[in-house]
Amino acid sequence: MRRNGLNTFGFLKSDRRLLRAEPDFRPMARLLQVNWLYVLLVCLLAGVGYIALYSAGGGSAKPFAGPQMVRFGFGLVMMIAVSLVSPRILRMASVPIYLLSVTLLTLVLRMGHVGKGAERWINLAGMQFQPSEFAKIGLVLMLATWFHRIGNERMGNPLRLIPPALLTLLPVLLVLKEPNLGTATIIGVIGATMFFAAGMRLWQILLLVAPLPFMGKLIYSHLHDYQKARIDTFLHPEHDPLGAGYNIIQSKIALGSGGMWGEGYLHGSQGQLNFLPEKQTDFIFTMIGEEWGFVGGIAVITLLGTLVMGGMLIAIRSRNQFGRLLGLGIAMDFFLYCAVNLSMVMGAIPVGGVPLPLISYGGSAMLTMMFGFGLLMSAWVHRNERDPGTEDDDDD
Amino acid sequence: MFSRNTPFRSRIRQKRQAEPVRSGRGVFTRRALLVMAVQAGVLGVLGRRLYNLQVVDGGHLRQLAERNRTSKRLLAPARGTVHDRFGVALADNKVSWRALLMPEETTDIPAVIERFSQIVPLDEHDRARIERDLRHVHKYVPVTLHEFLSWDDMARIELNAPSLPGVLVDVGSTRLYPFKDLTAHIVGYVAPPNEEDVAKDTTLSLPGMRVGRAGIEQTQEAVLRGEPGSVEMEVNAVGRVIGEIDRVEGQQGEDVRLTLDSVLQKQVLNRLEDRVASAVVMDCRNGEVMAMVSTPSFDPSLFDSGVSHAQWNEWANDPRTPLVDKAVSGLYPPGSTFKPAVALAALKSGSVTAHDRFNCPGYYDLGGVRFHCWNRWGHGLINMREGLKYSCDVYFYEVARRCGMDPIQAVGNAMGLGVKLDIELPHVRSGIIPTPEWRQRHGFHWNGGDTVNAGIGQGFVQVTPLALATYVSRIASGRDVQPHLLRATNDQLSPLASLDEAAKVDLPPDYLDVVRGGMFAVVNEPHGTAPKARLDLPGIQMAGKTGSAQVRRVSRALRESGHFNSMNLPWEYRPHALFICFAPYDNPKYAVSVVVEHGNAGADEAAPLAKLIMTDALLRDPASDVRPPAPAAAPATEPAAEGAQPVDTASAPAPQPTGQGQSDPGVPQ
Repeated sequence: MRRNGLNTFGFLKSDRRLLRAEPDFRPMARLLQVNWLYVLLVCLLAGVGYIALYSAGGGSAKPFAGPQMVRFGFGLVMMIAVSLVSPRILRMASVPIYLLSVTLLTLVLRMGHVGKGAERWINLAGMQFQPSEFAKIGLVLMLATWFHRIGNERMGNPLRLIPPALLTLLPVLLVLKEPNLGTATIIGVIGATMFFAAGMRLWQILLLVAPLPFMGKLIYSHLHDYQKARIDTFLHPEHDPLGAGYNIIQSKIALGSGGMWGEGYLHGSQGQLNFLPEKQTDFIFTMIGEEWGFVGGIAVITLLGTLVMGGMLIAIRSRNQFGRLLGLGIAMDFFLYCAVNLSMVMGAIPVGGVPLPLISYGGSAMLTMMFGFGLLMSAWVHRNERDPGTEDDDDD
Repeated sequence: MFSRNTPFRSRIRQKRQAEPVRSGRGVFTRRALLVMAVQAGVLGVLGRRLYNLQVVDGGHLRQLAERNRTSKRLLAPARGTVHDRFGVALADNKVSWRALLMPEETTDIPAVIERFSQIVPLDEHDRARIERDLRHVHKYVPVTLHEFLSWDDMARIELNAPSLPGVLVDVGSTRLYPFKDLTAHIVGYVAPPNEEDVAKDTTLSLPGMRVGRAGIEQTQEAVLRGEPGSVEMEVNAVGRVIGEIDRVEGQQGEDVRLTLDSVLQKQVLNRLEDRVASAVVMDCRNGEVMAMVSTPSFDPSLFDSGVSHAQWNEWANDPRTPLVDKAVSGLYPPGSTFKPAVALAALKSGSVTAHDRFNCPGYYDLGGVRFHCWNRWGHGLINMREGLKYSCDVYFYEVARRCGMDPIQAVGNAMGLGVKLDIELPHVRSGIIPTPEWRQRHGFHWNGGDTVNAGIGQGFVQVTPLALATYVSRIASGRDVQPHLLRATNDQLSPLASLDEAAKVDLPPDYLDVVRGGMFAVVNEPHGTAPKARLDLPGIQMAGKTGSAQVRRVSRALRESGHFNSMNLPWEYRPHALFICFAPYDNPKYAVSVVVEHGNAGADEAAPLAKLIMTDALLRDPASDVRPPAPAAAPATEPAAEGAQPVDTASAPAPQPTGQGQSDPGVPQ
């Protein structure tokens, strides 16, 4: 019996009949195929962001929470719209999107706004835009398309891997040049994970991983002074308590003052009294941790983890390589955002200007993330499109 | 690039036709699960770290947060005020205003500063400082536009507040010295604490705290400063106060009342005019300093905000030393004013009696050196009273030689000369009465000539004007009075304030009477050295002693040329003019010492001043019914002095009323 209705728990349990079903291309049917539970979780996360930004605004929707919600509304519509787009079209669009993102990265190097010592922003029709965020999506699409085209069989051929490696290195180097070490690392890790998941052979992996320690040393020697300062500050924050180390120390103090149950919503002394730097952007989680305590903090981490795992499960459930890699890339992007930001506010890695997705105040991060979720959802909606001429080699 | 017609695309088709291609899904699933495991692990580690931060280390971090949130600020205590003996404020606290600029609260800083300068003019120096502050200071930190605003300026700024966004007026306190230079040396001044002060007492780092740097402000620092209070406040990250949590009021500094009479002080200053001089008026019954003037002086309020470099240089390089309180720090050879002490020492040591007569031929030969009397024709055969009256140098050469330095030093010290006086001022110098031992300690041999020189207060003898006033007070009252300036602290009268309670000096009264008689004769008898010091007040006589202290040795050739006149010397080589006196003679109340630097002759320069000052003091005396002389009576003074009868030279003088003396003759004590 064919079930084509709302498939709420579809990505948790295997429904053999559904998986075997032929895809239905009627728009309404595809809309029903959207994983609404996942959309609900995304909305929940944005809701957490609204509440936190409301507090960061000193108990007011202005100036953060309100505009952020408007952006989320746009983002949600975009996500649903993108989720209905067929992978075939997405694959066709991947090359222009990738080229556009690389062009923007080049442009930002030439004419971008300088913020905090690094060129990262570009003014696009009056809107501040961070091309490096967009570049991640572009790369995920590009790699997914490439690996989809060559298929698993040809992964064994190193020559097939050189073009995608160059496609990955290009945005990484451009972002490094900005210089934005954090985002460059995230792009690199996303690319590497996609190579890995696409079926790269073990011997190839070993060959690449072995020289990494030496590379690390080489990279450190080429870091900018302020990036080195961040690393040094991270290692010894107490050396510069009012300078670069201030953020880390204040963030830890604020988290600690939250305790188990928190100081109460809108009553976090450190956040409300502005001891927290950039509390509405990078350090929004500190604010949550201070006001809602460990309980609230771990709840948010659980929610983030659920979205990551959900994204990964969507990827696993896809029956085509493109959907799988697309889902994995987006889930990985989201995960890295979260992990880097959380580590940063907890003083576990150097401060890197990486926001907490959907919660931190900021337009381009929100819109690109929602676009990414749209791609993820497209992978889910079109999960049953098989790669032509292939046969699943596992249990289903 | 990925068009359907690429050769590699067609190869897939060919292969697909041959056999089904493995989709790679199995590999992907396994690897994706591995990635998920890593992701879950990372999130788990982060959760664990969050637990450590919030729950395990929470207590410690909460304390840090509390320290962040609250700021304990100390409140500067109001400094105690200084008053004169009648309660007139000599050092007071004045509310002052300063204009601050909050850079974050204004958009166009230059325009605001421009508008501000139209209300309160800012000079180039101010503008440069403001610009520097604006560059260096965080935009949340206020920048001082102008310190020490007047009430009018403050009112104008408040009135124009709408056009001055970000400008606010802050209330502070400044030290006010209403009499400016009049009491500068006594009251002293305050200045912002330096690093050394702050290291000793951290409360001094409070804004608005001042440290006494001179005078009473310095010596009574502990009394005047008070205890700081504290206020605990909730502050935000930029230190802006959100609310007050707790407040502990501090202890205001205690008020100090001095023995000084500001009116008399002003009169004395006026008498000294523009001389480089010092005068001390002391209540000889208890040692209270009624007036103590050192000219020239300076404006102490300039130190509160910091003295300019140019101003400081001007003061420091002035040969008239305006910053030095000459009354306690100026050392002068006492000259002939030292003779009463020598006389007392000789009497006490028994080497000379009051009746012994010595001949003065105008010179004195000792060991091949000839010492001259100031009168080259000599004074003839004279006793002690006459020796004092004429201020005969030869008489005292002989007395000093017979007596020796040790009794002179002992009696001099007992009278307050050459010892450190315990007055409430810093930089009090003790002066010196030299002895052969003292000279030897410095590696020199003591000559007999040094003794005779010391006998007339020359040579190595050095005293301060305050010491002279103390010395004449002790002679006048016969009591060991201690000079002091502090009359009351917080309305608690000083034990020294009571009259005639000090211990008697260790000298028989008749010795003192001899000296008092001699000093009476100096002023009131014909041929005394200081007829110009005779008082014009009915029934009141003054006893005194002149002194002219050479600052440069007069060469023999010059002296014998007969053309020597010290008035022809350059100012800085002229002798100092000194005069000490007390009055009324029969019931001494006030002792006065006057030192005019390079005033040439005590009799001509210092004695008339002392007379005027003593007259002022006696007329000020609230217990006195002395009326100022009628204007017509004043010219009669000089002729009356001429016609005064000579007095006998008995050891107990019966002073004759001179001038308009119609009251009962003074009875010596």
